[in-house]
Amino acid sequence: MSSLAVEQLGFQYVQAKSDALRGITFEVPSSSITAIVGANGAGKSTLCYALAGFIPHFFKGNMRGAVRVNGMDSKQTPLAQLVTQVGLAFQNPFNQISGAKLTVSEEIAFGLENLGVPRAEMETRIARALELFGLEQVAHQSPYALSGGQQQRLALASIFVMEPPVMVLDEPTSQLDPQGTREVMAAIQTLAAQGRTIVLVEHKLEWIAELATRVLVLHHGELVAQGAPREILQCADEWGLNETRYARAARMARERGLVAKDVLLPQTLEQATNFFRV
Amino acid sequence: MIFIFDFFQPHHSHGTSNFKNSNPKLNLQLSNLDFAYPNGTRALNDVSLEIRAGSRIAVIGQNGAGKTTLVKHLNGLLKPTRGDVLIGDWNTREHSIAQLARRVGFVFQNPDDQLFKTSVREEIAFGPTNLQVAAGELEARVARALELCGLQNVRDTHPYDLQLWQRRWVTIASVVAMQTPIVVLDEPTTGQDAFGLQRLADLLEQWEREHVTVIAVTHDLDFAVEQFPELLVMAQGQVIARGDARVLNDESVLKRAGLDAPQLVRLANALGWADAPVNVRAFVAHLAQSKNTD
Repeated sequence: MSSLAVEQLGFQYVQAKSDALRGITFEVPSSSITAIVGANGAGKSTLCYALAGFIPHFFKGNMRGAVRVNGMDSKQTPLAQLVTQVGLAFQNPFNQISGAKLTVSEEIAFGLENLGVPRAEMETRIARALELFGLEQVAHQSPYALSGGQQQRLALASIFVMEPPVMVLDEPTSQLDPQGTREVMAAIQTLAAQGRTIVLVEHKLEWIAELATRVLVLHHGELVAQGAPREILQCADEWGLNETRYARAARMARERGLVAKDVLLPQTLEQATNFFRV
Repeated sequence: MIFIFDFFQPHHSHGTSNFKNSNPKLNLQLSNLDFAYPNGTRALNDVSLEIRAGSRIAVIGQNGAGKTTLVKHLNGLLKPTRGDVLIGDWNTREHSIAQLARRVGFVFQNPDDQLFKTSVREEIAFGPTNLQVAAGELEARVARALELCGLQNVRDTHPYDLQLWQRRWVTIASVVAMQTPIVVLDEPTTGQDAFGLQRLADLLEQWEREHVTVIAVTHDLDFAVEQFPELLVMAQGQVIARGDARVLNDESVLKRAGLDAPQLVRLANALGWADAPVNVRAFVAHLAQSKNTD
């Protein structure tokens, strides 16, 4: 079954001269990791807002087509109900922190309090969120005393704890070091294995090639390609994506006739090792 | 192009001169620098280093290693708990942040900490206006910053109507317009696509031509080794290694710093090559050579 179904989605922001999105159609199967890639300004964040119902309920403009979250039409469903189905991690984690809470644990509890979750269950869920996102050590610190990377993990934990079946993550590792990135990516994999549906906007193509079930490519507001990561990322340079050095080296080697012409460009270390060893 | 500097004559910004010659040679000197946050967290531990004018250095390391704390000492945003930071002949203890802003331009990690004007143009003009740059010169600086940062089409837009990656370019443009001899960039590659990274590489070239000292904090090691001849590796509040890309061949440095080697270094290791190429061209050259000798 599809967790998310998008049909002919278009959107134009109020006062914008052109469409941010045009004629977007795709489905996201349950328990999968779908990556959205594209150059800056391609419409990735706008699509995230639409998937999570912030468009049309928060950002005003002209929305066409439909987004269905577990069968519910986002236009017809109040945001308060949509947020129980789909959680959105904003691109800038600093904007996600409520400012109303004194500690990291309380910040994570914020959404649960609003849902009226019983105390004992709340504590279990918070402990799990702290662990999954490596925040146990700072549980009692102020959210504003955290580093950028810790704040980003706090933003993710605050969404995770709500247990939405679908999580939309807009560049969830932008502030993280390689180890933090690895931990968050492992958490994402765990969540997908447990049945969550993940939509991930990410610039780090090596990670997409490692993790994603499918890749969607946005280009000037349109969906121009979708499919398995290695195949889709062959044209990464044409869409303004920051190609892996593996793919770049392989392309240059191919142009110089050092490797076979008909082999797909590598996107991961393992693929690259096999590619260049032959 | 004509540039104006007024570091030494704060109230007389009329003397024009060539940027290259007027760019004062300001070395940075950090001596026995300790820093503890008010809650007692010790973020820097006896850091001593010198950065020569005109250097281009990437500061790398894990979150919490002290990178941002270190660079915030360079514009006086943080003052040492112990030790001294000298920007040329100025000790940061003895100069205000406003004074230091004449010497050190600073681009924050989070653009939203920095932006507060109602248009991109005003935002960029704010710094030089405070330096009392003459009107004609001001317009020239703003125009140049807009161009170098690819913001010509949004000059009249409110910064908060821009996307995050564009707001980051507005903060970079604000620093470009200050024409400081030293520039600090905290995570400039975050959220940039291939075009953005190329623009950043071009800007680094431009600054190099002008002998501007550039210090960048970054997690993007692939970009760091390609664009920065010198790396400063930090761990637990200390500088644990300094040098060119070869410092990342040292497994113990990587391990202490919690870093993964850049992609091409990892690939070279996996292929059993003795030395690690810093960029794609070097990698392919090595590959061609090994094919020839087969």
